[in-house]
Amino acid sequence: MSKVLMKGNEAIAEAAIQAGCRYFFGYPITPQNEIPAYMAKRLPEVGGCFIQAESEVSAINMVYGAAGAGARVMTSSSSPGISLKQEGLSYIAGAELPCVVVNMVRGGPGLGGIQPAQSDYFQATKGGGHGDYHLVVLAPSTIQEAVDLVMEGFDIADQYRNPVMILGDGMLGQMMEPVEFRPLSSKRELPPKTWATTGYTGDRPRNIINSLYIDPQVLEEHVKKIYQKYEEIKKNEVKVECYNCEDAEIIVAAYGTTARIVKSVIQKAKQEGINVGLIRPITLWPFPTSTFEEWAQREHIKAFMAVEMSMGQMVEDVRLSVNGKKPVFFYGRTGGMVPEPNAILAEIKKVIGGVLR
Amino acid sequence: MKQEKGRIAIFTGHFGSGKTELAINYSIKLARQGQAVTVVDLDIVNPFFRSSEVRDVLEKEGIRLLSPNFVGTTVDVPSLPPEIYSVFQSKNDKVVFDVGGDDIGATALGRYYPYFMQEPYRMFFVVNVRRPLSSAPEQIIEMLKAVESRSRLKVTDLINNTNLMYETNLNHLLEGQMIVEQVAEKLNIPIAYISGVTDVIDKLPEKYSSKGFPIDIYLHPPWDRKDEV
Repeated sequence: MSKVLMKGNEAIAEAAIQAGCRYFFGYPITPQNEIPAYMAKRLPEVGGCFIQAESEVSAINMVYGAAGAGARVMTSSSSPGISLKQEGLSYIAGAELPCVVVNMVRGGPGLGGIQPAQSDYFQATKGGGHGDYHLVVLAPSTIQEAVDLVMEGFDIADQYRNPVMILGDGMLGQMMEPVEFRPLSSKRELPPKTWATTGYTGDRPRNIINSLYIDPQVLEEHVKKIYQKYEEIKKNEVKVECYNCEDAEIIVAAYGTTARIVKSVIQKAKQEGINVGLIRPITLWPFPTSTFEEWAQREHIKAFMAVEMSMGQMVEDVRLSVNGKKPVFFYGRTGGMVPEPNAILAEIKKVIGGVLR
Repeated sequence: MKQEKGRIAIFTGHFGSGKTELAINYSIKLARQGQAVTVVDLDIVNPFFRSSEVRDVLEKEGIRLLSPNFVGTTVDVPSLPPEIYSVFQSKNDKVVFDVGGDDIGATALGRYYPYFMQEPYRMFFVVNVRRPLSSAPEQIIEMLKAVESRSRLKVTDLINNTNLMYETNLNHLLEGQMIVEQVAEKLNIPIAYISGVTDVIDKLPEKYSSKGFPIDIYLHPPWDRKDEV
C-alpha cells in the first residue's frame, strides 16, 4: 500500500483496524479525539462496532466484555480518562484478557491541560490500578512506529493474554507524518483463544471470565502464574534504541516525543564538539534495564541524564538500572510545556562541566 | 500570486488537508503586496498546530491575527471573540479565514452568514489526496458538499495541495491533480492553485505553472524549529 499522510491519532486507529480490531469503546477527551472519530467512521465499513460509552468506566468494561469473548478490541483516552479506566484495567489484567489501550498523555494532575506531557509514566508502568499486575507499555516516537507498535501490540496482548498500553502524548497524536501500513516483520504463533466466552454448546467445559478469587491460596497461585508470564515478557519483549552511544560522554534517556527532541539536541551538541548518546526505551515496561547496565559499565560514559515531559518519573527506573555506577541527572518540563532543544543542551553542558571538573 | 480581487478569502477542506499552512502563506503573500491583512483563526477542531502558533511571524509581516479565546491554553473551549465582527466593518482590509477541518470545522462559519452575504467572498476547498478519506473524487465531493451545507456558503475554488510533507515529489502532486481535476469537472468549480513547497512547484510542467503556488512551511514540531538553532 502506498504512503498516506496521517495524524498520529488517525494512524493509530487505522493500524488497529488493519490488525483486526473490530470493536472500539471510548469516551471523548482532547488530545486524542481523532481516534474515536476515525473509528466511528471506519469500523462500520469493515463490519465492526463503535460505541461511544456514557463514561470511561463503562467503556473499559465494554472492552472487558469484548476481550472476554475473544475479540480484538481497543479503547483510547488521555490522562484523566485513563485514570477513570484503572479499575477496569486491573480487572482485565486479573482476568488475563488481551486488549490494547491508548493513552495520549496530557498535562496533569487533575483535569490538568490539553497540551502534551509524559507525566503518566508511573501510572502506566507501575500498575495504575490495584493489585499485583503489569501492562506491557509501548512508547512510539514516530507515527510510523506508532502504527507498527499498535499492530504488534495486538499480537503481544493475544500471545500473553495481557492488556497492552500504547503510551503517546498529545504531540504524537496531533502531528502529521507520512506512514505506510505494512504487515509485521515477525509473525508470531498465537495461541487459540480456547478460554473465550463464545457461547456454551456442550462440547467443552464452560468458560468463565473472572478476577475474583475467594480462597487466598488460590489467589496467590493465580498471581504467581501471572508473574511467571511477566518473566517471559521481560525475557522476550524488551525493545530499545541506542543512538550515538559509542563515543558519547553522556547518555540521555528519553522516550516518545522527547526522544526526537533529544536527537536534534545530539546534532547540535556534535557541532559544539560534545558527544551525547541517547537510550530510547521503546518498551517502558518491560524496561530495558540491561541496556542501561551495559552502558553504565563503559568508561567513556561519565553520566546519565533523563529528559522527560514530567517532574521526573522514568528517571527512577534509569537510576535503578544504572545502579549507582554513574551519576544520573534529570531535566524535565511539565504541565504541557515541551522541553526546548537549547534548554536541554544547556542542561547537558552543565552536567558535563560538573562531572568532568 | 496575482493581485487578488475580492476582500474575503476562506480556507476550508478536509481535516489535515493543509488549510492552515495555505492560509498563512496566502496572508503573507498579500501582506508583501502591500495589503492590510487580518487572519482569523477559526479552527475550533485542532488543539495545536494552528495559525495562532505563528502569531510572531504574522505580526512581523504586519498581519493582524484574531484567535479564539483561550487558544494555546489548557482550555479547549471553542469560544470566538467579538473582535471577529470587526473584519466585516473595515472594508479596506483583506481578510483570511483559517477554518477548522471537515464539515465540523466549517460549522463555525455559520454564525457569520449574514455578513458573508453582504459582499463577495472566495471560499477555497483544499485537497490532499494522500490524506485518508480524500483519495477518491466521490469522497472529496461528499466532504465539499458537507462543508457547504454546514457553512451555508459556496466553494468558489479548489486547491490541489497533495503532499506527503517532507517526502513529497512532483508525481504525488500530479497524481493529486488528476483527482482534483475530476472534482473540478463534476462540480464545475475551477482549480485556483496547485500548491506545494518551492522545490516541487518549480518542477511543475508548463501547462500547470501559472497555477503554481509555492509555500513555505511555518508549523513545525519542536525538534525541527529553525529559530531554535
